[in-house]
Amino acid sequence: MSWHAAPAEAWRALGANRLRTALTMLGMIIGVGAVVLMLAVGQGAQSTVRQAISAMGSALLVISPGSSSAGGLRGGAGTAPPLTLNDAQAMAQLPSLSAVAPVFPNSAQLVYGARNWNTTVYGVTPDYLTVRAWNLDDGQPFTHGDVRRGTRVALVGQQIVANLFGGTDPIGQTLRIKNLPFVVIGVLERKGQTLDGRDQDDAVLIPITAAQTRLFGTTFPGTVRFIIVQARSDAHMEDAEAELTQLLRARRRLADDADNDFTIRNLSAIAETAALSARAMAVMLGAIASVSLLVGGIGIMNIMLVSVTERTREIGIRMAIGARRSDILLQFLLEALLLCVLGGLAGVALGIGGAWLVGELAGMAVVVTGSAIALSFLFAAGVGVFFGFYPARQAALLKPVEALRHE
Amino acid sequence: MATLIQVSGLRKQYPLAGGGATPVLHGIDMTIETGEFVAIMGPSGSGKSTFMNILGCLDTPSAGDYWLNGQAVARLNPDRLAMLRNRQIGFVFQGFNLLPRISIADNVALPLLYAGVGKAARRQRAVELLQQVGLGTRSDARPNQLSGGQQQRVAIARALANRPPLILADEPTGNLDTHTSDEIMALFDRLNSEQGITLILVTHEPDIARCARRLVRFKDGHIVHDGAVNV
Ligand SMILES: Nc1ncnc2c1ncn2[C@@H]1O[C@H](COP(=O)(O)OP(=O)(O)OP(=O)(O)O)[C@@H](O)[C@H]1O
Ligand SMILES: [Mg+2]
Repeated sequence: MSWHAAPAEAWRALGANRLRTALTMLGMIIGVGAVVLMLAVGQGAQSTVRQAISAMGSALLVISPGSSSAGGLRGGAGTAPPLTLNDAQAMAQLPSLSAVAPVFPNSAQLVYGARNWNTTVYGVTPDYLTVRAWNLDDGQPFTHGDVRRGTRVALVGQQIVANLFGGTDPIGQTLRIKNLPFVVIGVLERKGQTLDGRDQDDAVLIPITAAQTRLFGTTFPGTVRFIIVQARSDAHMEDAEAELTQLLRARRRLADDADNDFTIRNLSAIAETAALSARAMAVMLGAIASVSLLVGGIGIMNIMLVSVTERTREIGIRMAIGARRSDILLQFLLEALLLCVLGGLAGVALGIGGAWLVGELAGMAVVVTGSAIALSFLFAAGVGVFFGFYPARQAALLKPVEALRHE
Repeated sequence: MATLIQVSGLRKQYPLAGGGATPVLHGIDMTIETGEFVAIMGPSGSGKSTFMNILGCLDTPSAGDYWLNGQAVARLNPDRLAMLRNRQIGFVFQGFNLLPRISIADNVALPLLYAGVGKAARRQRAVELLQQVGLGTRSDARPNQLSGGQQQRVAIARALANRPPLILADEPTGNLDTHTSDEIMALFDRLNSEQGITLILVTHEPDIARCARRLVRFKDGHIVHDGAVNV
């Protein structure tokens, strides 16, 4: 047989046995498609979490009033004395901290022109942008001077720009927050969602003093809701926690045997937990995908093996009329390869298409990786080629009379 | 006349499951000249098919020598044997042995494929051969769309594809009725008398054997008669 006759013969054999061809391809499509799809979803979840974590800022601790312990929440925020700007100033002296950002958030109605919008207004200091690693797309941040004076200026998030300002450039515009005019001096860059799914771009930042005194009257002067602090590095986290505990216990005059009436949460630990659970989900999806791949592989194997009898006779006939072993091997190898490559490509297409659909319909991030494609493709193709080719090789090694006699 | 086939001391035994071996052919000696038409008869199990398979290079003998067209077959490697089956021998089986999923023209063309003949020439020769066996109009049919007699004619056309000097037929009419058998035998007779093809044919039916010019009888792996046809 001339070399170019073998591919033609393989192609004809595939066309001649459509059901077998279709079933084998189905195995490939399901196996490969499922792996590509599920790994894409798993990877997507991981990348979403990774993004949220990197948007959160690093080496962060959040201090809030009220205690929490292993037994649950004891003594809510209401019973413990609040944290204040003075606490924040004292914390700023601690050697292991690089930034301290007191936060006083509240929800408020915004009005600009004829439009209004409900959002969260955060009273913060310039350090807030530092600890959150949040930059401005446009304009200027407010200064410590603005905080001291309680200037009515605002930094707006992307969602505010979109919902309140439409097409106009917000810089220099006057925005009414709870009917008080604030001048927009900066636009925050897009930040995306938090780990718990909150839209961080739906926010307005104003000097904390303006929030405390002018917008949301507080009973206790200088009250803040919580304080975010940044340690000098991840390695300083433990020191920071110890120093903060000592400082706050002293400032709050707690007796030696009293429990803390404040809580220090380690955001890195939370981020780690989230990353771990995203990983766990990815691993689980990967496991399910592996099972599909295995099932697909078994399907491919079955179809290939079921047709061995018929094919062994076919090989006997071909050899009886003059096919050499190499002719048989080449034909069956090409047949298996063709089948697997076509099925595999269809599976990859299905996986990518499915991933895209999941992304669109469920609004989930999906990431199709080359390694997922390569892994599933090579496995399924390996199974198909092996079980397509190996029995053919065994048959081709028989004497023609034995192959013809095969029941 | 030139000698086409010579076998001497040809033995075949099959290994037994428990060890040892069953002898099936006990040292066959036979010479067949080019252009002969030989019928082989004998009781079931006497070794006729075993002998034919060895002549057709589908099986190998346990001992003895076999020369085909002056070549010592025993010394040939599998590729040379494939070549021999392709060019020198046409095999017609009782059960037709056509590939079920391709057209009869493609079936007939298969030996040409393995001989390296180009696609167009294969097709042309296949149609020509099908015409020769009276199936010229059915070339795109599948084997299972044909009657048994028609399928056997396709098998004969396939056996003729590379114009081999020898055709071996193991009970070619075994699955066919009398009328169809007669048609097949007429075809064989023409091939032998008009094209000078050497024919060796196994049969259980005296009527069929009478078409041949020489009769060989097997019994228990021995030749018990070799001579003119008188049945
Ligand atoms: N592959 C095999 N393994 C073991 N024994 C075999 C094998 N093939 C054939 N035999 C034995 O060899 C003997 C001869 O078989 P063979 O097929 O040559 O007989 P036959 O003359 O063609 O019979 P029939 O007229 O029924 O076709 C039988 O006894 C059979 O059982
Ligand atoms: Mg027989």
